[in-house]
Amino acid sequence: MSGHPSTYEPKYGATKWLDQRLPIIRMGADFMTFPSPRNLNYWYTFGGILTLCLVSQIITGIILAMHYVPHTELAFESVQRIRRDVPFGWLLQPMHAVGASMFFFAVYVHMFRGLYYGSYKAPREVLWIIGCLIYLVMMATGFLGYTLPWGQMSFWGATVITGFFGAVPVVGESLQQWLLGGYAVDNATLNRFFALHYLLPFVIAGLVGVHVWALHHVGQNNPIGITPKTKKDTLSFHPYYTVKDAFAVVVFLLIFAFFLFYQPDALGHADNYIEADALKTPPHIVPEWYFLPFYAILRAVPDKLAGILLMLGAIAVLFVLPWLDTSKVRSMRFRPVARGFFWIFLFFCFILGWCGAETPDNMVPFLSVGDKGLNFTWLSRIATFYYFAYFVIILPILGLVEKPKDRPESITKAILGDSSHGAAAPAE
Amino acid sequence: MSDTQVTDAHGEAIDDDKRDFIFIATGAAAAAGAVSLGWPLVAQMGKAADTLAAGSIEIDISKIAEGQQLKMLWRGAPVFVRHRTPKEIAEAENTDISKCPDPQTDSERLVAKPDGTIDPRYLVMVGVCTHFGCIPVGESGDYDGWYCPCHASHYDTSGRIRKGPAPRNMAIPDYTYISDTVIKVG
Repeated sequence: MSGHPSTYEPKYGATKWLDQRLPIIRMGADFMTFPSPRNLNYWYTFGGILTLCLVSQIITGIILAMHYVPHTELAFESVQRIRRDVPFGWLLQPMHAVGASMFFFAVYVHMFRGLYYGSYKAPREVLWIIGCLIYLVMMATGFLGYTLPWGQMSFWGATVITGFFGAVPVVGESLQQWLLGGYAVDNATLNRFFALHYLLPFVIAGLVGVHVWALHHVGQNNPIGITPKTKKDTLSFHPYYTVKDAFAVVVFLLIFAFFLFYQPDALGHADNYIEADALKTPPHIVPEWYFLPFYAILRAVPDKLAGILLMLGAIAVLFVLPWLDTSKVRSMRFRPVARGFFWIFLFFCFILGWCGAETPDNMVPFLSVGDKGLNFTWLSRIATFYYFAYFVIILPILGLVEKPKDRPESITKAILGDSSHGAAAPAE
Repeated sequence: MSDTQVTDAHGEAIDDDKRDFIFIATGAAAAAGAVSLGWPLVAQMGKAADTLAAGSIEIDISKIAEGQQLKMLWRGAPVFVRHRTPKEIAEAENTDISKCPDPQTDSERLVAKPDGTIDPRYLVMVGVCTHFGCIPVGESGDYDGWYCPCHASHYDTSGRIRKGPAPRNMAIPDYTYISDTVIKVG
């Protein structure tokens, strides 16, 4: 799996025997000794955090499936029963629901880290694309899962999202009804959403395997984006990064635990505690917080199909990013101009999230007086424009005209300066 | 065939035509099998027979007072039956439809009784916004008709889209008057 020479030596008769037949211990040992750049910072711990999130979601999910009933008459009550009557259901159900939010929080940090340090550039294009695929399947899984409690937001969220397919020219309506299994969101829809929500996490797990495989083939990027040249530039994954990852996991779990034990419903929507009603649309439909920026892009356009295409484009553009960014310099540390644009990009992503949560016709506080000034539709249009401009205008042009700062020769020199003789380097 | 004779492990001449035939026949059988098995796997997701069968409802419209709207569930979606006021009817009929995104006259959106007359008082339509399927709220919006709170689509008193992201007028279901006061939807 990994590209570095194996140093594993089986010590016992049994392990020697096994190593000749299935070198599975060797694979694990090579994984643990994988040479990682010695300058990885805490932004690089989110891969490990995300693995933990996936495992936690799968375990709590399988448990919830033992108590949940995917039927329109019983689904809402069965979730309430899990929370009230099932032993430790009060803990396990929020662990899954809050866990989904924590999962998305971690994946966004992970993705913005990749954007900042240029982790999508050669030779890591495929690694990046697999990551984008994982994100896409995560979005599908999150959406399907949110339908299952069968509250008002579940039902109407499902109605709106499956409505996207109705916008496809000619075959739209047939396609939509085929997905729903009926004329509208109903029991057939709930049943298949449950089946797919159970399936997709395992697809994610498979993709994560390929993601890590690609990572170990090309090696990790690092905060200065300089490829390790000598052994001095790297450290063994274990114990150096297992410990670093473990510490980050503990901090992450503290935040997780705060929500889990003190604010289990803060990240959800109150309307989802009203059972789904096909005859009454809630006055204000909003998706979960992690989809708000895309929802804002969708609503920024007054045309149905164009809105959907733009929203899909916002994700599709990530897939081709390795070829849009023309700069050969990976890390933004050496790209002062690009760095400024990056922070503006992050700012507008938050603005889009804010727009997605607000009613489009409402006026923006501080930027309007009475009904004069900027409303949220126009704010989301400005932010949407910047979102796309960053990828298809700024990054392609900037790579050609920007003069990057001088980069150090190696990771070791960047840390220890020219006088480095490895004196301060940890023992290998 | 090449000049030199190609032989198999037993020293017998290899017949390339026979091999090609076996390859093509096997491939064709596999492709046909994949398609014929693939179709049921896809088609099972469609509407089941019971869903299709639960198709029609009867509504007694004489019980709806003027200015009142009846909401019935039909095929999992609400059907609106609105007894319109004279003002609403006038607004629906006196609209310049050339400015509508989905031009339709009011009478095109109504169904004739068995005797051929049209009663403009009763508007029957599928109460689902053509944008993303939310249920519009009655007696509101800029055109006195319906307003969809999800993404701000405004419908007039004939259920026509006038403003906002929805692409089409609210749909008119298949329905007939089975008597002067009873309609059958579906």
